[in-house]
Amino acid sequence: MAKFSKHGKKGVPALSTASLPDIVFMILFFFMVSTSMRQTDRLVVVKVPEATEIAKLERKDLAAYIFVGTPVANKQAQVGTDARIQLNDSFKTVADIRDFIAAERETKSEVDRQFMTVSIKADVNVRMGIITDIKQELRRTSALKIMYNARRGEPVNN
Amino acid sequence: MARPVQEINAGSMADIAFLLLIFFLMVTTMDVEAGLQRRLPPMPDENQKQDDVQINRRNILVVRINSLDVLLAGGQIMDVSQLKDKAKEFLTNPANLETLPDRKDKMIEGFGNFAVSEGVISLQNDRGTSYNAYIQVQNELVKAVNEIRDEFAMKNFGKVYIALDEDRQRIVREAIPQNISEADPKETGKK
Repeated sequence: MAKFSKHGKKGVPALSTASLPDIVFMILFFFMVSTSMRQTDRLVVVKVPEATEIAKLERKDLAAYIFVGTPVANKQAQVGTDARIQLNDSFKTVADIRDFIAAERETKSEVDRQFMTVSIKADVNVRMGIITDIKQELRRTSALKIMYNARRGEPVNN
Repeated sequence: MARPVQEINAGSMADIAFLLLIFFLMVTTMDVEAGLQRRLPPMPDENQKQDDVQINRRNILVVRINSLDVLLAGGQIMDVSQLKDKAKEFLTNPANLETLPDRKDKMIEGFGNFAVSEGVISLQNDRGTSYNAYIQVQNELVKAVNEIRDEFAMKNFGKVYIALDEDRQRIVREAIPQNISEADPKETGKK
């Protein structure tokens, strides 16, 4: 049974895993730097439109987010499939935007308040009616700096 | 004689790092915050009597999108792809036509006099317009302004707008203003 004898068998030398932690740490740091903490649970499905002339938001910490879109599948039984507004962690109406903006202003420091940008993240398929209502409400609360969130890409016309 | 310090086993370091990595993968997002930045006009004061600011007809380009996402610019039905050229022609008025916007000499600090176009693009939409169509139109209008700015910057400073320093960017911005007005919503096309 020399064929199966373990003596003299030249095995593959064990792969050194000593540098594995370093590699993993490298990936870890990459993700820590390039991503940001998720702040809210999404209750609405938002697929932002594509545009070519987008500008990056300079101060992410000075942004307030308004999400507009169809509710996620497991919420549709309660709230229907119509486009809804999400502020923080719940469904809200246009009338609640005033309080939301006031609360967001409070969280920013005095000097930065005037630079607060309201980022409207709306789904491609929502109608302008709801967006117009939001815009009018924002004008009423004098939150005039807004941004229509968009992805970089060739616009699609459908 | 000091006892030799026992070496710490680093074999599980990779596991710990993986745990951290997976944690960060779960709780973070990679969204880039980017988009079309706009400034809304302030709400007119209700007590104040609204004096109608009559802007000369030739200085306004009305861009309308109806509830079927059909685009109407300056009285013509057109495709979104044609809008940019229309807007550029409107804003630059290369042939100095009577029907296109006037130019007014303005003193720009650090540059001198420049005939700034008085054209305003008025964007109107319907409640039933799709958001996508609206953003596409906005995008085309911004693109038109950006291209004019680039041409201006190229001619005067030999660089594109984005490559200029802060002060020159301001000059370009003042020479080529981005006058896109989002009109007050009108109750049109209501069912």
